[in-house]
Amino acid sequence: MKAPAFAYAKPRSLAEVCALLDERGETARVLAGGQSLVPMLNLRVAAADLLVDISGIESLRGVSVTADRLCVGALTSHREVEQSAEVARHAPLLAQAAPHIAHVAIRNSGTFGGSIALADPAAEWPACCLALDATILTISKAGKRSIPARAFFKGLFSTDLRPGELITGVEIPLTPGHRSVFLELSRRRGDYAIVGVAAMAKVQGGTLQDVRLAFLGGGDRPLLAVHAMKAAEGKPPLADLGPALAADLSPMADLDTSARTKLHLANVLARRALAALAG
Amino acid sequence: MDHSLPLTLTVNGTRVTSRVEPRTHLIDFLRDTAGLTGSHIGCEHGVCGACTVRVDGLIVRGCLTLAVQCEGKTVDTIEGLSDSGELAELQQAFHERNALQCGYCTPGMLVAALDLVKSEPDASRERIREHLSGNYCRCTGYQAIVDAIETVLAMRRTTAKAAGARP
Ligand SMILES: Cc1cc2nc3c(=O)[nH]c(=O)nc-3n(C[C@H](O)[C@H](O)[C@H](O)COP(=O)(O)OP(=O)(O)OC[C@H]3O[C@@H](n4cnc5c(N)ncnc54)[C@H](O)[C@@H]3O)c2cc1C
Ligand code: FES
Ligand code: FES
Repeated sequence: MKAPAFAYAKPRSLAEVCALLDERGETARVLAGGQSLVPMLNLRVAAADLLVDISGIESLRGVSVTADRLCVGALTSHREVEQSAEVARHAPLLAQAAPHIAHVAIRNSGTFGGSIALADPAAEWPACCLALDATILTISKAGKRSIPARAFFKGLFSTDLRPGELITGVEIPLTPGHRSVFLELSRRRGDYAIVGVAAMAKVQGGTLQDVRLAFLGGGDRPLLAVHAMKAAEGKPPLADLGPALAADLSPMADLDTSARTKLHLANVLARRALAALAG
Repeated sequence: MDHSLPLTLTVNGTRVTSRVEPRTHLIDFLRDTAGLTGSHIGCEHGVCGACTVRVDGLIVRGCLTLAVQCEGKTVDTIEGLSDSGELAELQQAFHERNALQCGYCTPGMLVAALDLVKSEPDASRERIREHLSGNYCRCTGYQAIVDAIETVLAMRRTTAKAAGARP
């Protein structure tokens, strides 16, 4: 299907973007890579009077590293994250997750910030941000905010973003002592995950420390599996996190997979992830 | 209401100037306005890959790209890539390996395959499959397509080796 008519603006500055979003309110939508918004407009499940194309704001693009953090600009494409040497070195979890996002042609256009703003519960970046304990940076006419990723995702496609607010980037604390593993199950390469896990830990004498397990496809939003993390903390890799995961996750059944099966698959992935971290 | 905007871009090496409605997808602009019907439209929501074209050297979905987003950019379609000879080896191999039947997916397949051949000369069968995971073919069962791309990669490696071995 084709999208209904809308107007289009491509501001040259952040101030201009914020002013436009403030002035036009809910009738305006930010356009980043368009890889979710354009299909939603085509299918007419989303509508907008005005698309504000932010791709001209160069300051939102690219990856940078400081002494203690990595910053991924909102407009950095999935593919740029996948191929970034800085990311591979300082946040390997993101490099491991990237190839699971859609297909190359979509990864070339789709952006990191767009994926965070969309908050699809089966998307890779939001779960990675939970595991990495990232901070989401935003700007609006009212000013700037820093929101911990762990408080950002509120529900199905729902976030802490306020009307008129733009994500500018994501800050990731460096964790040089941690290992990371990203695993997901999908029906075909590039499909959204049935369930997946972003896992991190330090390994000391065969035991796992500061264990982090964040799931995609485990509920109506990306979820940090706090019970499972507690159960796994300070031990060699556990073989069964089932009971803990039942308390952490509430997967939604879809056409192919029941909620119970997803919970089972989450346990399988958690076991594999812990073993891989220790291995 | 008329929201149309002026648009200038380079398509297959030629500067094109036009006016477009913002809702016009790049693929519709190419097919309907530029008359380049080689790129196809299947699903219109990013799933099938029939609309794959190159923008500033990178493969994208023509159905998930708005024409207005391509202001000032360079677009290459199956027509341009055929005429320039860039696709010649792949086209030959697709032909020889029977890697097409109805041909509907083929322009998208070739553009996606070229992207891999250029960026990953050592790609395995597994990597070829991954790279083409976003391109659907309803006829061939994919095996022959993977064969064709593998053939081209092997041919290119042999040529590169021979060139390197020359004194
Ligand atoms: C066939 C297909 C398969 C896919 N598979 C996957 C997958 O497996 N995993 C996955 O994670 N994704 C997948 N995607 C989605 C893809 O990753 C999108 O690129 C991503 O979800 C959105 O990024 P975008 O830049 O394209 O955002 P857009 O589509 O431009 O925008 C998406 C939403 O976010 C808002 N927005 C965008 N940027 C900002 C910002 N900086 N600040 C505030 N709001 C903003 C927009 O207003 C809109 O509401 C798939 C898409 C397709 C078409
Ligand atoms: S028509 Fe664009 S991906 Fe199917
Ligand atoms: S040859 Fe018919 S769809 Fe591929």
